[in-house]
Amino acid sequence: MKDVKCECGHVNPHGTVLCEACGKILDEEEKKKQLLDMRYEGSARRSQTYSKTIIDKIWNFFSSVKVGVWLIVITLIASILGTILPQKMYIDLPPEVYYEQEYGWFGKLYYQLGFHDLYGSWWYLLLIAMIGISLVICSLDRVVPLYKALKAQRVTRHEGFLKRQRIFGINTLVNQQDIDIVKERLKQKHYHVREENGDLLAEKGRFSRWGPYVNHVGLIIFLFGGMLRFVPGVYVNENLWVREGETALVPETGEQLYLQNNKFILQHYDKEKNKTFEKALERAGDVVKNYQSNVVLYKRSGEKIPGEKPKLEKVKDYKVRVNHPLTFEGYSIYQSSYRSEMNSMTFNLINKKTEQSFGELTINLQDPKEKYDLGNGYSVKILNYFPDFEFAKNGEPSTKSRVPNNPAFIFRMTAPDKPKGETSFVAIRQTIEPFGDNTYKMAFKGIGTKNVSGFTVRKDSSLWVIIIGGILFMIGVIQGAYWNHRRIWVQHKNGEVWIAAHTNKNWYGLKREIEKVLEDTNLGNPEDQLQSETTDKEGV
Amino acid sequence: MAALSSNLLFSAFILYLIATLFFGGSIKAKKDLNDTKTTNNWGKIAVFLTIVGFISQLGYFITRWIAAGHAPVSNMFEFTTFFGMALVGAFIIIYFIYRTTLLGLFTMPVAILVIAYASMFPRDISPLIPALQSYWLHIHVTTAAIGEAILAISFAAGLIYLVKVIDQTKSNKKTFWLEFVMFGLVTVIGFVAVSSIFAGAGYQEKFNWIDKHGNQAEIEYLMPALTGPHEGELLTKDGFKPLVEMPAIINAKKLNTVIWSFAAGIILYALIRLILRKRIGAALKPLVKNIKLDFVDEISYRSVLIGFPVFTLGALIFAMIWAQEAWSRFWGWDPKEVWALITWLFYAAFMHLRLSKGWHGEKSAWLAVIGFAIIMFNLVAVNLIIAGLHSYAGS
Ligand code: HEM
Repeated sequence: MKDVKCECGHVNPHGTVLCEACGKILDEEEKKKQLLDMRYEGSARRSQTYSKTIIDKIWNFFSSVKVGVWLIVITLIASILGTILPQKMYIDLPPEVYYEQEYGWFGKLYYQLGFHDLYGSWWYLLLIAMIGISLVICSLDRVVPLYKALKAQRVTRHEGFLKRQRIFGINTLVNQQDIDIVKERLKQKHYHVREENGDLLAEKGRFSRWGPYVNHVGLIIFLFGGMLRFVPGVYVNENLWVREGETALVPETGEQLYLQNNKFILQHYDKEKNKTFEKALERAGDVVKNYQSNVVLYKRSGEKIPGEKPKLEKVKDYKVRVNHPLTFEGYSIYQSSYRSEMNSMTFNLINKKTEQSFGELTINLQDPKEKYDLGNGYSVKILNYFPDFEFAKNGEPSTKSRVPNNPAFIFRMTAPDKPKGETSFVAIRQTIEPFGDNTYKMAFKGIGTKNVSGFTVRKDSSLWVIIIGGILFMIGVIQGAYWNHRRIWVQHKNGEVWIAAHTNKNWYGLKREIEKVLEDTNLGNPEDQLQSETTDKEGV
Repeated sequence: MAALSSNLLFSAFILYLIATLFFGGSIKAKKDLNDTKTTNNWGKIAVFLTIVGFISQLGYFITRWIAAGHAPVSNMFEFTTFFGMALVGAFIIIYFIYRTTLLGLFTMPVAILVIAYASMFPRDISPLIPALQSYWLHIHVTTAAIGEAILAISFAAGLIYLVKVIDQTKSNKKTFWLEFVMFGLVTVIGFVAVSSIFAGAGYQEKFNWIDKHGNQAEIEYLMPALTGPHEGELLTKDGFKPLVEMPAIINAKKLNTVIWSFAAGIILYALIRLILRKRIGAALKPLVKNIKLDFVDEISYRSVLIGFPVFTLGALIFAMIWAQEAWSRFWGWDPKEVWALITWLFYAAFMHLRLSKGWHGEKSAWLAVIGFAIIMFNLVAVNLIIAGLHSYAGS
């Protein structure tokens, strides 16, 4: 494709509408318009120039702001759908049960359409990806030609260019003094004023034109950072439960970090001590003040030897609270929940008839002993232990898990008068005596509980990418929104002085500024050629 | 301290009311104005009162902060009140850029409605649950509210534009939707009116009812129950018997409040129409006679431009920082988060349409109205209806 040489001598790329240097109209279509389309300086955008190959077509599709806006609007509507019912991460039942049970046919339909996991669905991700592509292409399509055109612009502009600016005015009888005053005033208003053959171009805030592109780059980096999460190793998100007094390996740390939980603390607000909150507390009942785990973080030292206990070196003591995670080497450990777990059970060995006690024993539910000797010839043996007891399908007692949620035992109780022992099955609120009538009984006395802290272990190496994207986005929007690009041309044409002006936004401000600049000079205020009668007529 | 705080808020409210009257006066007396003189004495007094009211409300904010030990933005009452204050603050700033009192006449009533609405929620100073004990939360909430308030100014300006541009001599879709917006505002008054009346009369009635899990519970209504709870059994002697009973999955109490508010809104609206003998939009028309259309259009757009970055910072970026600290993830697709994203996408679409499709003037004004509706939806409906981590449950 050939470049186009303008009569001013500047060589423009193929597809240019307005000469980059002097603004002369190169495209016949544009000449018919009363006002120029100045959005991209009439520069040669790829999407407006080529449309032959498939690549051209894809490029043109994504470079259209119309398409971009549609993508945004569709994403917006899709996002709304996901807020009608709770998403799957906020429910605590299996989704196939939950939605129908809670919301009837509507819930079922919602689930069947996949809206229960809308933001993780392939088509939602596709929408976001398309926005990303659109951002890249759309920005590239405009920013390069715009940059070139603004760089190549000359002070003196073509008549047709000035005449077709939205703000335009002609003055006869002007003396140079007035022009000098205007020039001075423009400088005072922080315009960068260039002069060529007595013609003026005053410009300010050009950098704000890059604002949208900077913010789009920020967005792209942000989206890219979000995608990094799918790369293995970048993102760690694990749950870790640690009982009070125990030390656990922190998952996904290459068996490097260990966490010891010394104590879990749960505090409520006290009406008596916090008089300010008295009324609110009366209304709301118990309000939690603090969830806290006092922990010690250890790091393994030396090589890992299979079968041997790791050597641990203390890293730090910390009080993990909500909003105050423990961070170390990129890992963050959050206080995310807690539960209290049965830890021990205490029984009395009694004679069923006389209720006489022959001793008490406490069973550690994590680590029960095999035999408990109560002295005087009395002892209890644990034949079998089911921490999380249930009857299996075949009717046999079995355990669901190793967590002592519902402990059950088979005891053999030995006494001087029962040297062979008696067998008894004991679960919570339930005793079965498989061989008929026992003399002795394990009478339930009490349970001991222990708190278990629930932590979330998080490592997110993509975070800094996301942070950079966010910062860049903010810089870009502020750049584009809080400043604007203004240009004022004061030029000699046909023995008259023509004034034209352009801004990318905020025309009212520009007009006010021009008024101030031209105050008390012979130069009259230019007209706003767009503010036509119809839009400005008084209300009926 | 707490009492002083309430008094300051009350005086601010009254000052805003009086200021609104003066704004009205300044428009009526506009005849002596010309290009060089843009404000008359009425207008000056109005702006002065607004600023005094704002300072008074700032006093409320600071004293309540001292009393509570944390920034008062942690429940529905506090947050909404703060939003009202931000709205006034945003107006003051925009006023000093553009110096039009007409904007005050449209903004102040909205701010007054917001604060009145806020006062219908429990006003006790409440303690913070652990997740809320973070200064990032306070920075996030206040910045988001300020951003939303600035965006709301574009709604006020958009409304002026629409009142002026829409031809009221024949009724069509446009006049209908404009009236719909007006009706929406009147309904807020309706809500405030019924809530205050029943609260003033000390009305309550209690029910036993069965929730959707089949559990029995007790519920207290503060308005006569038109819609009763599921299998509700009235416990209060001489209580109002519900007209209909709701299934368990519908929150009958909230629905009841909504019905009462709409009923009051409809009655109020009908009364206003009877008195005015024309649409509210038509009645407001003379007030906007002297303003230039592209001037209000620019105010509206400018507010979006100023508000959008603040909103992004507050409602998305600061929110993410806080969420990362409190919940271990910066984004969790919680309904409130999603609605902030929706608001943000909407204004992004708005700016793109304006910049590249040339949606200026009337279209832009409608978009500003829709944007405000989304913000209000996020504030009202998402907090109260769609439960989530952020919903100030119970208050
Ligand atoms: C959700 C994502 C997006 C956000 C938040 C966003 C944000 C912005 C903002 C704030 C502006 C400046 C607008 C103004 O100053 O009034 C802008 C301009 C622009 N955006 Fe986006 N944008 C997004 C997506 C897109 C997409 C998908 C496209 C591609 C089609 C696009 C193309 C443009 C263009 C062409 C401009 C105008 C630049 C100019 O004329 O100087 N944007 N965008």
